Amino acid sequence: MALLEIKNLQLEFGTGPKPARAVDGLSLRLEAGKTLCLVGESGSGKSVTALSIAKLLPTPPARYVGGEIWLEGRDVLRMSPRELQGIRGGVVSYIFQEPGASLNPVFRIGAQIKESLQYHRPELAHDSEVIRLLRLVGIPAPEVRLKNYPHEMSGGMQQRVMIAMALASQPKLLVADEPTTALDVTIQAQIIELLRDLRQQLGMAILLITHNLGIVGDIADDVAVMYAGQIVETGRVNEVLSHPLHPYTRALIGSVPRLGNHASRLTAIPGAVPRIEAFPQGCRFHPRCPDVQPSCSLQAPELSTVGTFRQVRCPFSSTNPSTL
Amino acid sequence: MSLLEIDKLKVYFPIRKGLLDRAKECVRAVDGVSFSIEAGESVGLVGESGCGKTTLSRAVVQLIKPTSGRIIFEGEDIANLSEAALRVRRRRFQMIFQDPYSSLNPRLTVLDLIGEALDIHSLVSDAAARRERVEGLLKSVGLDPSHAARYPHEFSGGQRQRIGIARALAVEPRLIVCDEPVSALDVSVQAQIINLLKDLQQELGVAYLFVAHDLAVVEHISHRILVMYLGRIVEAGEAKNLCRSPKHPYTQALLSAVPVVDSESKRPRIFLGGDVPSPIHPPSGCPFHPRCPIAEARCKTEVPLLREVEADRAVACHLVT
Repeated sequence: MALLEIKNLQLEFGTGPKPARAVDGLSLRLEAGKTLCLVGESGSGKSVTALSIAKLLPTPPARYVGGEIWLEGRDVLRMSPRELQGIRGGVVSYIFQEPGASLNPVFRIGAQIKESLQYHRPELAHDSEVIRLLRLVGIPAPEVRLKNYPHEMSGGMQQRVMIAMALASQPKLLVADEPTTALDVTIQAQIIELLRDLRQQLGMAILLITHNLGIVGDIADDVAVMYAGQIVETGRVNEVLSHPLHPYTRALIGSVPRLGNHASRLTAIPGAVPRIEAFPQGCRFHPRCPDVQPSCSLQAPELSTVGTFRQVRCPFSSTNPSTL
Repeated sequence: MSLLEIDKLKVYFPIRKGLLDRAKECVRAVDGVSFSIEAGESVGLVGESGCGKTTLSRAVVQLIKPTSGRIIFEGEDIANLSEAALRVRRRRFQMIFQDPYSSLNPRLTVLDLIGEALDIHSLVSDAAARRERVEGLLKSVGLDPSHAARYPHEFSGGQRQRIGIARALAVEPRLIVCDEPVSALDVSVQAQIINLLKDLQQELGVAYLFVAHDLAVVEHISHRILVMYLGRIVEAGEAKNLCRSPKHPYTQALLSAVPVVDSESKRPRIFLGGDVPSPIHPPSGCPFHPRCPIAEARCKTEVPLLREVEADRAVACHLVT
């Protein structure tokens, strides 16, 4: 049994004759102790998918119109509020993009971590456990640091505190929503390294959400690429990065600036992710696709299986040039 | 003559404390920086948060008054000009900001956002000419001219940054200071903006001072790169060459932190412990020594000076020969 299995999730916002479908038939699978990266541009629906795992989206305005989210063998979407309270933190913890905005500015960080302990492991809500957690996430001089307020720490340190807080409840799954986007590249490398270490030490699974394919190869086992509410390609990370099949995956890889690449232009993806209420007919990527065919605007492609772990939503993937 | 010449620029911020409000200490945000930019050239400025790169870029366009040093733009020292004299000269140098969400007035339409720049410098005679000029600028940055009547919230992040670029271009500057113009954008959109800036440079011959923390981004747009650490330049050189063979241990660490997609080109990662130290109490000797993997005894006491180690490459490190 997988730790997390999302089956055909359909999520809508708003009501009326044309509600906006933010997630449309998404399926994912994450085994215990593994790392899955969910990749896509802003507006592709990756964050709302992640928030759905602990049903953190307020309903309304969100509406789950179909699908199941199985977490440790139980369907999150059919849980009572009391059961939901149990899995939030208990099974799945979150860290977000802006650590500064997620921490309470008027409490010392030690007290904030202790609060998390009080909820989940009250017998351990002491300074000594807080210090152990801070040390675990690589904060120097934790005995002193736990007295700090969030504003006394740098962005990288704040993100480490967020991770310590998420780990306080010993979750089986850590959902990291763009954890390094607001940070410098040097600090980004540190945080990714820390997550990889922690996964190994603690055996927890990680769902990492990012728009930068450059950091995916460092940490992921599997990768799922999302576009306009749907998964367009998924597979083992090495296969996807070395032989991307979907034109969108190729374009995303191409847009990461590479050192020592002497080509005069970066390969940008023209245009922007379509607005949720105006997804194009047929393949949702076709207006931006460099390999577009006449039939792409007519028929919406299905996610088809190619190889054991590989799925791709493009009927022309076998004929597309799969070179980088 | 260079377009811009910065000579021993220092920007200190006093910290006032106590009953008498006396300046006891100061933050040495920029501590003796010298470099120059030629016409039509792009110079990249890289470093971590807190290294002083934003302060330096703001001092260049006189949004912050420097403590000492000279800023010679087109042969004239602009560091000590009056506001009125400065305003006339601002037409020649402009700035693009990091956050396209907070740098555009939400109550103005695109026509007025860009038109405002034209009004200040009296570049257009009437409303029709103003509209025509704005529509031309929108077209040149890849936006639909018919969108001139829209407000900023109707645009995506990448499109807003294009509006910011159009506004900077409106007064036909010779130098544009870009402070992290793509850091807030998705990678896919980052590439669009970088390509646009490069195209505009070829077309108009404008010079850039391009500030960022990601060396891969900077390498793509710059002819020369300056690496900054704790208020000082620690390495400077031709862009491709500097990225191929970095000499300063800090540049090497910065380069190794750049995310790469394909595993073949991956370099062994050099992890820098900790953060940039406080510029109020910078470490003695070489400011980088507490985080440096190869520091020696003398690094703790002697301050290394920026010196030429080979043609077109200057490094501030005792251990680089």
